[in-house]
Amino acid sequence: MSSAQIEIQLIASLVAVACAIPGTFLVLRKMAMISDAISHSILPGIVIGFFITHDLNSPLLILLAALTGIITVVLVEYIQKTGLVKEDTAIGLVFPALFSIGVIMIAKNANDVHLDVDAVLLGELAFAPFDRLLIRGTDVGPKSLWVVGTILMITITLLITFFKELKISTFDKGLAASLGFSPAILHYGLMSVSSVTTVGAFDAVGAILVVALMIAPAAAAYLLTTDLKKMLALAIGFGIFSAIFGYWVAHWLDASISGSITTVLGLVFLSVYLFAPTKGVIAVMYRERQQRTEVSLLTFLLHLKNHDDLKERHVNHLNEHINWQKVRSKTVLDLAQKNNMIHIENNIVSLTKKGDEFTSKAIDYIITNEDTQIEDMKDDFFLFRG
Amino acid sequence: MDIQEYFSLVFSDYTLRTITLGTAILGAVTGMLGSFAVLRKQSLLGDAISHAALPGIAIAFLITGAKDSNTLLFGALISGLIGTFWIRGIITKTHLKSDTALGLILSLFFGFGMLLLTFIQKQPNANQAGLDKYLFGQAATLVVSDVWMMAIVTGLCLLVMLTFWKEFKILLFDADYTKTLGFNTKFIDILITSFIVLAIVLGLQTVGVVLMSAMLLAPAAAARQWTNSLSVMVFLAAIFGAFSGVLGTAISASQNNLSTGPVIVLVASVFVVFSFIFSPSRGLLFKQLRFIKNRRDLQLHKTLAFMHQIAATHEDISHPHAIKLLNSFQGYTKSTLQKLVDKDYVQLQGNMWSLTKIGFETAANLYTKQTTEDE
Repeated sequence: MSSAQIEIQLIASLVAVACAIPGTFLVLRKMAMISDAISHSILPGIVIGFFITHDLNSPLLILLAALTGIITVVLVEYIQKTGLVKEDTAIGLVFPALFSIGVIMIAKNANDVHLDVDAVLLGELAFAPFDRLLIRGTDVGPKSLWVVGTILMITITLLITFFKELKISTFDKGLAASLGFSPAILHYGLMSVSSVTTVGAFDAVGAILVVALMIAPAAAAYLLTTDLKKMLALAIGFGIFSAIFGYWVAHWLDASISGSITTVLGLVFLSVYLFAPTKGVIAVMYRERQQRTEVSLLTFLLHLKNHDDLKERHVNHLNEHINWQKVRSKTVLDLAQKNNMIHIENNIVSLTKKGDEFTSKAIDYIITNEDTQIEDMKDDFFLFRG
Repeated sequence: MDIQEYFSLVFSDYTLRTITLGTAILGAVTGMLGSFAVLRKQSLLGDAISHAALPGIAIAFLITGAKDSNTLLFGALISGLIGTFWIRGIITKTHLKSDTALGLILSLFFGFGMLLLTFIQKQPNANQAGLDKYLFGQAATLVVSDVWMMAIVTGLCLLVMLTFWKEFKILLFDADYTKTLGFNTKFIDILITSFIVLAIVLGLQTVGVVLMSAMLLAPAAAARQWTNSLSVMVFLAAIFGAFSGVLGTAISASQNNLSTGPVIVLVASVFVVFSFIFSPSRGLLFKQLRFIKNRRDLQLHKTLAFMHQIAATHEDISHPHAIKLLNSFQGYTKSTLQKLVDKDYVQLQGNMWSLTKIGFETAANLYTKQTTEDE
């Protein structure tokens, strides 16, 4: 591994961490699309900043562009407040307009601007190590490493200082406000951090990857845990993993680094989405099926309890009475027998003592309808789940 | 070429005519379908879909190796639809919210698309140049067959919309009621969404992936300000869309170095800003004017009520009183007093005022009357 490769991976990982932190809060606050809006609408700020400074890594440019990001947020909120359109429409109207202005500004000054739109969207991580920061003639590393590193330090400091406030205002706005934490300051603080991060990261990885790095790790982490600290840690972990793995994929395919980091992020999210232990799609489908069988079982047991007549409880009769398909009836019957709730004698199905008890309790539950009880009850009675 | 020249050339010049027609049709169809997106609160879905279409374009190119725009757009359609249904899957199957789902699909698909595009660029296929026009769109590449394609899809959209107008409308405003009436809401829902995807894909060549969502939203958001009726809104949105297309093309053709997509989007945004400010019933300007007028009326009522209070203590209701009695706390200013005089409620004699008979009665009934009106 050459030193340039190490530097690229280092920059990518730092960007991933710097994005994951505000991203986690954006996802939790249901403001993920704002990051998309900011990442597009900082373009005019960057172009103006570039006209003034002629340096993509100058702090002035970053501040100007971040200001554009905050203006976007304010504008979206203003439009939303007028009540003329809904919030999502407001977002969708503001950022394309600002982005168009940026694109036109670049196109009109194409000759004297070393800045092209593809680079804005994609960034060029591969060139990042060539732009060195020189202090009194000594080479101290790539410029973007310092920019992203500084932003990351600020973000982490703010996160540790205001963790409690952020946590409360994210999960309970009313409580936060009544405890005296100004929701407006926290909101705009988060927005400012997101803007600065977006701007700082965009040079390295481009506007779209910033969005991906903010949302995807946080969303994947959110499917795995409900603890904020764990979620932050997981999001950072996913981010770093994708950054490094993505780099090697790009190296192997000889394609855009930011594109392949995003693709790896996509694969990470896809696998979490499918296989997350409790909230993944497969787990949810499995649980839904289990509950469906158990509800059928309950219906079946209630039916048995209601009928003392031998004829009503004959296997053939049940088949046509409850009108289930063969496979389904078989699963339900098996489950009931496994759990010792029924026994079958001469093709007559009857409840065991345990089954009877369970059914009575279930009726109680259905009448009072207290949500949590039935799961506990199932745990008490079932040896095998559906 | 300036704008006048453009308009004189538009009917004679073949290329200009094709492009103008193309952007106009595109604007109309996106405006039309965008109305549904805006009203269904799916505004950002367009953004997500247009980004999600990019890998489809790249994969279609990788498979066929040709740059036929219909094949590429077919690929875009497929990947746009996959993106859309994955978004729905995320929203319904997990506890992630719609904004997260949209942002995820948008950025992940786009990143994957860019990966493929850069991968294609490194391939030894001379044909590959120009795929990146789908990022920002290039109206100049429109040819007659593309315009025909757009026209056919627009016709199809119109046909389906007219056939299912009633269903679309009722689903839009009351989904639960639609279900109880026995309509297959899932089918209608998928139909609308698919057509939105189709409209977005059509626009990719002209406006590009990044800005396509604005084409969908802006005309509809502008049209929404002028009317409360769905059919009028759809019609207006189509017109706004078509005009933004034509004007945008005209402006970008009359200047050097201006890509059409961003200009069309800016023109559409100007329509939106204009509608936000000047729409008679919802616009900010008239709202502010109404607000000021209401405040003035309230002040006027306050003064009148105060006068009535004083006058009621006298037997002669028209007994004159000093103007000095009135102060700004009761909403008194010289002009409000003059207004009361103009309305014949008050008479002035020197620096004394007296209520007229009409004025006294109006003042007495001021609040009772209003409450009955409100009820």
